[in-house]
Amino acid sequence: MPHLNTALIAALLGATALSATPAIAKDLRIALQSDADVLDPDQSRTFVGRIVYASLCDKLVDITPDLEIVPQLATSWSTSEDGLRVTMQLREDVLFHDGTPFDADAVARNIERSQTLEESRRKSELASITGTEVLGEYEIALDLAGPDATLMAQLADRAGMIMSPSAFDETGVDFGLNPICSGPFAFEERVAQDRIVLTKFDDYWNADAIHFDSVTFLPIPDTTVRLANLQSGDIDMLERLAATDLAQAEADDGIVVDSAVSLGYQGITFNLGNGERGDNPWGNDARLRQALSYAIDREAINQVVFDGAFAPGNQSFPPTSPWYNSDLPVEGRDVERARELLAEAGYPDGLELEVQVPNTTVPLQLMQVVQAMAAEAGIDISIVSKEFATLLADQSAGDYTASQVGWSGRVDPDGNNHQFATTDGGINDSRFSDPRVDELLNAARVGTTFEARKAAYDDAMAIMLEELPRLFLYHQTWIWAYDDALQGFVPYPDGMIRLEGVTWEE
Amino acid sequence: MLLFLLRRILIAVPTIFLISIFVFLLQKLLPGDPLLVLAGEERDPEVLEFLREKYRLNDPIWRQYLAWIGNALQGDLGISLRTNQPVTELMAEKLPVTIQLAVMSMIFALTIGIPAGILSAVKKGTATDYVANVVALSGLSIPNFWLGIMLILLVSVKWQLLPASGYVPLSEDFGQSIRTMIMPAFVLGTALAATLMRHTRSSMLSVLSADYVRTARAKGLTERVVVLRHAFRNALTPIVTLTALLFGELVAGAVLTEQIFTIPGFGKLVVDAVFNRDYAVVQGIVLVTAVGFIAMNLVADMLYFVLNPRLRGQ
Repeated sequence: MPHLNTALIAALLGATALSATPAIAKDLRIALQSDADVLDPDQSRTFVGRIVYASLCDKLVDITPDLEIVPQLATSWSTSEDGLRVTMQLREDVLFHDGTPFDADAVARNIERSQTLEESRRKSELASITGTEVLGEYEIALDLAGPDATLMAQLADRAGMIMSPSAFDETGVDFGLNPICSGPFAFEERVAQDRIVLTKFDDYWNADAIHFDSVTFLPIPDTTVRLANLQSGDIDMLERLAATDLAQAEADDGIVVDSAVSLGYQGITFNLGNGERGDNPWGNDARLRQALSYAIDREAINQVVFDGAFAPGNQSFPPTSPWYNSDLPVEGRDVERARELLAEAGYPDGLELEVQVPNTTVPLQLMQVVQAMAAEAGIDISIVSKEFATLLADQSAGDYTASQVGWSGRVDPDGNNHQFATTDGGINDSRFSDPRVDELLNAARVGTTFEARKAAYDDAMAIMLEELPRLFLYHQTWIWAYDDALQGFVPYPDGMIRLEGVTWEE
Repeated sequence: MLLFLLRRILIAVPTIFLISIFVFLLQKLLPGDPLLVLAGEERDPEVLEFLREKYRLNDPIWRQYLAWIGNALQGDLGISLRTNQPVTELMAEKLPVTIQLAVMSMIFALTIGIPAGILSAVKKGTATDYVANVVALSGLSIPNFWLGIMLILLVSVKWQLLPASGYVPLSEDFGQSIRTMIMPAFVLGTALAATLMRHTRSSMLSVLSADYVRTARAKGLTERVVVLRHAFRNALTPIVTLTALLFGELVAGAVLTEQIFTIPGFGKLVVDAVFNRDYAVVQGIVLVTAVGFIAMNLVADMLYFVLNPRLRGQ
């Protein structure tokens, strides 16, 4: 025991002597809004799961807060002239948590697994890759079916996370019970609904940037309780503070609040042609949908429902995004114009609209505000509140007129549009179909320059806002609250928590 | 007594089966597709179809039931759709937590409820009686979740005395484990204490006016002996039944309490499972809870034998 104490004191003294601002290694406790699902990047689908991965699994590439793609496991990359081959150089000093070295072969094995594992949810994200070729120990080429401008953004998320091949060979579909990647922290234990514990991986290639011995993720669903835990010191950080708790958190001297506008959106999806119920005035006449849009004051929604903390919006990406079409800014409310449009469409006395809403507080409040605004233009909204699983099932089956739903958003603009708005889009629950939009969104997918892609999105957005299969209302803001001893945290629009460079300074 | 127990167990078996069928059917009748919840934002039709096959969701309900109950009898309750963990493993992880919460709540309930009930029966009509009744009524009418949040704000945030939430296993750190459990156990226990107090009071009142109590008093026994030895022992029978039933209520109450204090027990498991349409987990929990409830009733029946000598002859 005396030896241990001496060693400990020596270590502490050493740490103090080495750095002017001592970063005390400790366990960082982070509260999540819900529990993660299975911890296998190929099988998982929850947002909180991705927060855990940010500490557990490195990806081929990462993003900056401005959504630029930057190196992580891939140090550089280039695309061939015809856009059909992406060649990547890989980092050479990387180990997986089980000691297996990382190399080009591991990347090839991971892509193969993502594409062939039957349970894989990553198939569509990597659909453009037709094959891989290992060019050297740390060089790999990806062959593509056609040019794919969205690929690097996909590789900046779960599709680009690299797991230890020897681990998934052994555990197969059960990899998620004991995930082994190459990130800054290694999996220690998980107690469902209670905690996920990760410990610092000493052989991490960027270990100098990591200042915590371990990270514990604790799911605490109630937002008030989450904040109470932070205030009582039981946790160090929380994600997704409710806008309504913002004032209380800001009033606490020991707590810092940070935020970033998300990549996603919230709005109303209309049924234009999904089964029989698509054949209704709202689905058949774009003027009605425009009338509703004019009847809504988006800034007022933000103030009333979200205490001004979120971002009003009218497109599938927020106004802060480089892809936002600034020629079509969020307009103010125009009840007169709404009434004119209703009259033009043949409903001078107004009409009814049934909207299905998830049965949780925020969507209900949101819809009640919309309901009050729409009523002044003569639109009589009836709210049908459904439990989320039911709402999704009905929407996908076409059993709805309009649905209040959103999308958590993707780094690449394609992810917020293509599968919703193209004729054969995988989750086009509206069954919206417009050849011009199909052409533009398909072109944007393979565009090689930012300018060319941006022009296509601008044009597609103009048509989509004219037709309004999805009526956009606002963009959620990710709000983090943490102990003021925590320094160096950088908010990202993808809502993730990256611990590189984050320190604890009392 | 053995025969009596055997008969009870024989009745319990079909009951459990009926419950299992009922739960299974009810769940399948619920709207909403579990796989859509699971798929979340990424709804790839091909993957959905594969999972539907894998989890036998395309089979007729009766076949799904037979497969499930067949496996359940062999101790296999399936795999959680959400985390891929075996359901039995999940439950084995949660069971000690909920048992600890239940036992600690019961200790609160019994040590508050029974003495208060006796006291208010003995001092019927006095100020003590009224105060006890008002407190009990408040205990019954204050919702658990409200009391829970108030306690967190007061005890954890303001006074910083106890942790606001979380859970530490007893085996890991005994003291800390008890500390994290005090508030949730108190919240759950007080509601039960109120029920217990009301029943103890009425049960005691009816016993206190019985002939044998008058006889005992006439014999010159002290009031203390009369109340505790003669009256209370007889008043206990209905209270034991009630306590057994309250265990059921405890499980129900634990659902909310565990949510608020984020205690990873059965209650939290079942809520999350219902919201995620994690069928295997819900079915497993209901089945095990039903068995536990029936077992509690058996224990209560056995206690009758101990308490009431007249039953032993039968």
